[in-house]
Amino acid sequence: MTDITDLGVADIRDGFRGGAFSAREVADAFNDAVAGSDALNCFIVKTPEKALEAADEADRALAAGDAKPLSGVPLGIKDLFCTKGVQSTAASHILEGFVPPYESTVSGNLLEAGAGMLGKLNMDQFAMGSSNETSHFGNVVSPWRRNDGGNTPMSPGGSSGGTSSAIAAHIVPAATGTDTGGSIRQPAAFTGICGMKPTYGRCSRYGMVAFASSLDQAGPMARSVKDCAILLEAMAGHDAKDTTSLKEPVPNWEAGLNGDLKGKTIGIPKEYRVDNMPEEIDALWKQGVEWMRDAGAEIVDVSLPHTKYALPAYYIIAPAEASANLSRYDGVRYGLRETPDGANLQDMYAATRAAGFGDEVKRRVMIGTYVLSAGFYDAYFTQATKVRTLIARDFDSAWESCDYLLTPTAPSAAFGLGDLSDDPIAMYLNDVFTVPSSLAGLPAIAVPGGLDHQGLPLGLQVIGKALDEQGVMNAGLAMEERAGFTARAEKWW
Amino acid sequence: MSVDTQTVLRIASLARIAMSEEEAERLKPELNNILGWVEQLGEVDTSGVEPLAAVIANHTRMRDDVVTDGDKREDILANAPVAEHGFFAVPKVIE
Repeated sequence: MTDITDLGVADIRDGFRGGAFSAREVADAFNDAVAGSDALNCFIVKTPEKALEAADEADRALAAGDAKPLSGVPLGIKDLFCTKGVQSTAASHILEGFVPPYESTVSGNLLEAGAGMLGKLNMDQFAMGSSNETSHFGNVVSPWRRNDGGNTPMSPGGSSGGTSSAIAAHIVPAATGTDTGGSIRQPAAFTGICGMKPTYGRCSRYGMVAFASSLDQAGPMARSVKDCAILLEAMAGHDAKDTTSLKEPVPNWEAGLNGDLKGKTIGIPKEYRVDNMPEEIDALWKQGVEWMRDAGAEIVDVSLPHTKYALPAYYIIAPAEASANLSRYDGVRYGLRETPDGANLQDMYAATRAAGFGDEVKRRVMIGTYVLSAGFYDAYFTQATKVRTLIARDFDSAWESCDYLLTPTAPSAAFGLGDLSDDPIAMYLNDVFTVPSSLAGLPAIAVPGGLDHQGLPLGLQVIGKALDEQGVMNAGLAMEERAGFTARAEKWW
Repeated sequence: MSVDTQTVLRIASLARIAMSEEEAERLKPELNNILGWVEQLGEVDTSGVEPLAAVIANHTRMRDDVVTDGDKREDILANAPVAEHGFFAVPKVIE
């Protein structure tokens, strides 16, 4: 019999329903995998008892004939989601020990659909990072290694690095991620898995620790497009607790999957050909174009002229929103409190935040505070939000001549942990292909395409129109079917 | 535009982050690098362009003006670093 941990969401669901194995057996297998994964540091909290509890409930439900959509499927939950009764820290020191008295809507929807929780996945602190090196709970290590025989620990990408590493290592079948500027798609590309950022507003942000509220969006990460469709169906939906959640029906995305792209047009944006991009990524991009053509699509060149300004605009808007969102961490209502001898209230705030925030978080809160401060607001913040309008218009113009855009997911393969940590801007450039669609709120999927000469995964991205998750997943599926990506990291942990 | 150490300290104070002069000194070139990099936005002509606040058209919905939640004092105080007499407690504010 195949190892249960090699199965994805659809196969577990169907095997469980067909009686090939019990939910208990599934939970046991993944709990064991989680317990043996410490060298990867994917988890901040492990919750084997929660996984078993949901499994036993699933076994009872199946026997009674009322299995739910995700009954029998255990998942990982990124630590950005508040989970009732289970510590939720956003990988920060300032929230260490915080045990939410409520459940985030997205994780609640998954549990309500019958899923179990294996644990809380490590991430960049407050989702600020692209390499999973800013967590207070230590770096996450990718299961992938270069094929040079060395054992340099590789970055799993970020901020959803615990998620990507755990899925690639078959420690969880799938998990939640969140994406503000690329935090689902870039780690998916680095680890050879799929990741879907839906349209802004598809998933409720209630109970998701806020980073940049106009950009933050939850989404699924898994080893196939189909598994992403199954999870997103359960995660999405209108929520009265989040005024930005969209009052739109949730389509049956899994049933709508179809990799036939006849009659569809794929745009290739010329501005995504950036300097110093490895030849192999360009080659994979061209290969992706051939796959799309083979699936029946027509290919056109398009232009998104403001692309080069997306990253600088993002690095004003996101820190500005973060500086406001993170003002709630003041040592009063939850989390850490530092009270130096003789401290007054203001001293307590400042000492708490100095001790509780990591370097990258402080850097972004400082940038955000500066660009919002009197005298600088218009020059920085207002200008950035105007540029954001132009970036969104670029996409609107592109949709006049195409249905989807095809781009690489990231400008490089995974790098070694520590390689970029001294250079914030080099780190920020990792998100050059993912940030523009985030600024425009558009759905986008990352799909693995192949390996580079070092044996590391490379990904391709499909961006679509607002609310066209189905089209984006279908185009992703067309590539997945043709890429036949089955490579996986050899177990060393 | 670049910031000096005094400006870094002023931003830290606005952001309520305790910071020594040495730390501000260390942070200064990092912040200046980032600010220098984002300043390329200045070359974009945005005259007549409206700032984007909401990326996806959405309507703010009204709901009935009724209490939908409450009676959760214990839950809310459970995570407080210091709670006394059913309240959050902080260092003395008024002498």
